[in-house]
Amino acid sequence: MSPKNKLDLWLPRLVLSPSLLAVLIAVYLFIVWTAWISLSSSQMVPKFDFVGVEQYVRLWSTPRWHTAVANLFIFTALFLTITIALGLFLAILLDQKVRAEGFLRAVYLYPMALSFIVTGTAWKWILNPDLGLQKVINELGWTGFVFDWITQPSFAIYCVVIAAVWQSTGFAMAIFLAGLRAIDTSIIKAAQIEGASLPRIYLNVIVPMLRPAFLSVIVLLSYISIKSFDLVLALTNAGPGSATEMPSTFMFAATFRRNQMGVGAASAIMMLMTVAAIIVPYLYSELREDRNAH
Amino acid sequence: MRTEEHSARRSRQIGRVFIYGSLIALAAFYLMPLWVMTVTSLKSLDEIYGGSFIGMPKAITLEAWNKAWQEACIGTACTGLRPYFINSILMVVPAVILSTGIGAINGYILTKWRFAGANAIFGLLLFGCFLPFQAVILPMAQVLGRLHLSGTIPGLVLVHTVYGISFTTLFFRNYFITIPDELTRAAQIDGAGFFRIFFSVMLPTALPIIVVSCIWQFTQIWNDFLFGVSFTAGQSSPITVALNNIVNVTMGRKQYNVDMAAAMIAAIPTLFVYVVAGRYFVRGLTAGAVKG
Repeated sequence: MSPKNKLDLWLPRLVLSPSLLAVLIAVYLFIVWTAWISLSSSQMVPKFDFVGVEQYVRLWSTPRWHTAVANLFIFTALFLTITIALGLFLAILLDQKVRAEGFLRAVYLYPMALSFIVTGTAWKWILNPDLGLQKVINELGWTGFVFDWITQPSFAIYCVVIAAVWQSTGFAMAIFLAGLRAIDTSIIKAAQIEGASLPRIYLNVIVPMLRPAFLSVIVLLSYISIKSFDLVLALTNAGPGSATEMPSTFMFAATFRRNQMGVGAASAIMMLMTVAAIIVPYLYSELREDRNAH
Repeated sequence: MRTEEHSARRSRQIGRVFIYGSLIALAAFYLMPLWVMTVTSLKSLDEIYGGSFIGMPKAITLEAWNKAWQEACIGTACTGLRPYFINSILMVVPAVILSTGIGAINGYILTKWRFAGANAIFGLLLFGCFLPFQAVILPMAQVLGRLHLSGTIPGLVLVHTVYGISFTTLFFRNYFITIPDELTRAAQIDGAGFFRIFFSVMLPTALPIIVVSCIWQFTQIWNDFLFGVSFTAGQSSPITVALNNIVNVTMGRKQYNVDMAAAMIAAIPTLFVYVVAGRYFVRGLTAGAVKG
């Protein structure tokens, strides 16, 4: 729009500037602040000296942090694979002109409206081996059935995966369904006339066309998994022991419980760099496509 | 020929059975936790320890709901969830209104009053959507302390508003970009200024995206835990923090029915919004992924 007078020339910039300033401070300046703390000797209170990468060395020599990083990899790999597979499966089934589609979609999606604390609380109860699901199945006659993962240090992380998948599948489904609805159905008909079976058409023709949806889902789910904090805290409280420690819970405990502010800041910067490595190229490509489109 | 047709129909039928079978089985899986939470919250503690998990309560009792609402202990204060529910409302209402309002005007500027560098500014704002908050909670805690806002509801309102701006700006920017520039240009020729065009031309068209933004912000802020647990303590906590405290009490016989009632109380506002306006909720969810 061409500004009609001087006022209209600077007014938009003036109105936008508080937001810009707030974000510059609360996002970018604060990141610099945290990065600085991670290079200082801060423990209980922030100190603005400089000790180089000492805190990072301490961080990477902490066994708990190694557990956290390993868990993040296990969790992210399983969480992404299962959520994407299940979400895509649901989206394809819902795209077959089924009855009560609206109702079913709502059922798969409602967990997304819940707090991770609520999800964690509910699943903690379901996975409780003494009174929960295990007991019900035992009483149904399958007495040998054992499902006590939440009490087993080497299996508890899979409980976090189950709860996270339960909460996030609807999200993957919604994005895949939007992608499927945008595909021209005549492609399916043409392939059917050539004699291809429906599952084969989906596998070889339709799924490859969902590339943009895959990209979005992978990026956003990775982001959810890196920052997942509340779910772990509510479901396992990072235990048994430190078996389900994640970078986010490690950061919180180091900073607010163990007076290791420097180590906490270093772990936060590690998390930030991981997220940025995924998100920045994604945003860059999205914005560039946007510019080409206009 | 006939048998071929017959077998084609048969395989179609098998396909339909497979589709509905899978959809119903998975629907049961997704509904199960909600069901378990509901029935557990309506049972007496004796019935729960007597081994009833998934079945209907023998005798429905609201005792656990009553306890969760006004008797359960959060730390040393046995006030139930009620004060924390109120805290969450006092936090969520201003934060939603402020962040949505600011996002609306930002989106308007970034689409209808473009100036050099507007795209770069948008990119800077956008990264805020994906910021792992762990990277900013330390300095934020310091700043809230300096402003004498730590541990207060206004402090949480400020934090949620600032970190909400990125998302709300994205919503409105992607929406306003679809509104033809002719509309604003015509208003300008008629003599309308910057604010006049915003309030009488843009906002009236923006109702759907206002709803999307409010629902998204409401869900995010109501469900937040990290900011709540980092910046508040005791009586000023939001409901998610109080819920986590109730559940993690380790003394005495664990009151699962109270835990579930408390979880339901924390979940009801967002579930209600989802049931009433699910369509808009989905739009907010996919807005970060699918370009407007």
